[in-house]
Amino acid sequence: MADAPTPYERFIQGILPENPVYRQLLGLCPTLAVTNGLQAAMTMAGAVAFVLFCANIITSLIRDLLKPHLRIVIFTLTIATFVTIADRFLAAYMYQMSKTLGPYIPLIIVNCLIICRCEVCASKQSVVHAGMDAMGQSIGFAIALGSIAAVREILGTGMLFGIRVLPAVWPDWVVMVLPPGAFLTLGLLLGAVNWYGMQKQDA
Amino acid sequence: MSYIVDILLIAVGAALINNFVLYYFVGICPFIGVSRKVDMAFGMGCAVTFVISIAAFLSWTITTYILKPGAPLSKWMAGLFVSPEMAANIDLTILCYIVYIFAISSSVQFVEMYVRKFFPVLYKSFGVFLPLITTNCAILFACLTIMSNVAGVDNPADAWDLGRSLTLAVFGGIGFTIAIVIMAGIREELELCDIPKPLEGAAITFVVAGILALAFMGFTGVDSGLKKALTPKTSETVQVQVIHTDRNLASSANYIF
Repeated sequence: MADAPTPYERFIQGILPENPVYRQLLGLCPTLAVTNGLQAAMTMAGAVAFVLFCANIITSLIRDLLKPHLRIVIFTLTIATFVTIADRFLAAYMYQMSKTLGPYIPLIIVNCLIICRCEVCASKQSVVHAGMDAMGQSIGFAIALGSIAAVREILGTGMLFGIRVLPAVWPDWVVMVLPPGAFLTLGLLLGAVNWYGMQKQDA
Repeated sequence: MSYIVDILLIAVGAALINNFVLYYFVGICPFIGVSRKVDMAFGMGCAVTFVISIAAFLSWTITTYILKPGAPLSKWMAGLFVSPEMAANIDLTILCYIVYIFAISSSVQFVEMYVRKFFPVLYKSFGVFLPLITTNCAILFACLTIMSNVAGVDNPADAWDLGRSLTLAVFGGIGFTIAIVIMAGIREELELCDIPKPLEGAAITFVVAGILALAFMGFTGVDSGLKKALTPKTSETVQVQVIHTDRNLASSANYIF
């Protein structure tokens, strides 16, 4: 068996080469749902980063106690605890944003990304590996969410983070901030990332 | 009569207008992963519908009797230790996520064991999907919607009863099945097409899903139209013509859902 990746390698891999959205196709539910605006997307990325980091650390600490057929349930219960903390924190300090994000914060519990990272990395490697993996994947997730949200918000409302970017004559492509626009943006950006990857492979 | 109208509106809303996959984006993972063949997709849809109904029943029961503010069972348990006035204020909704996940995981486990023992042929066709369904967003989403309509309403008389909750669950599952089967049919045709290499696989699926979501947006307003058609007209109601224009769409752009 080859050497397991070092913590630094895990960190770098998570950002672009093993990007959770564009390469692994995990965590698509919040990616499509909250990328209406850049602010909501960044809040969601922050929440996922917190939950992923804490869940990875805890799972890594208890990895020797896990029974094989119960591990998914244990992961999910750990994640549920941290999501409760994140949800109450958002409701207390960022109430408007909490209302906008709605049921998608609790849906972080069943986010395939976090469960997959716990399963693949945290339950098998040390705390340092798990922590660095979490940080890399969170940054990758934030980049993915940010790119999709930027495209949708600029084309859909002409604004970015609430600041006017396109001139007022821009006819807002309202479909971009509605559900069809989410699917279309993700599909086309995924195609763009694949094309870029193919170019690099041919070069 | 108005109960039936209510049920009908919830059913149409969950299945068509606010489709779980194409409007709320829950259940995307099986939607992308399993929608290659129509019969597999239909099997997955049925499995999800089945598990969603069981999970919704469990979550409604637990929320109404244990979790919501002033729930009977918790009030009785707390009343054994503290004074009745303090016990009446008990509110366990902070535990809802953990409890729901527990309920969903165990119900999926039991369903799998039951189906494997008593319906082995069914298990052969369902079998590989059932463990995947535990982490399916759609189930937790249905439970959360039920919770917000039971524990999150201001007026206790508006809280959903079991019938409405089960309707949401079953028809949400049916809407998921409709979406995934349509997607499977389209993907079967797509395999014969000449797709650009970067777009092959998940990317073209998302683009097609976007067009499908655009088509389903045509159902907007069906629920208010149905409501108007089915509610008996009294002498006090004023007939107001509501014309949906593009401006309505633009104003809804400020909301995520």
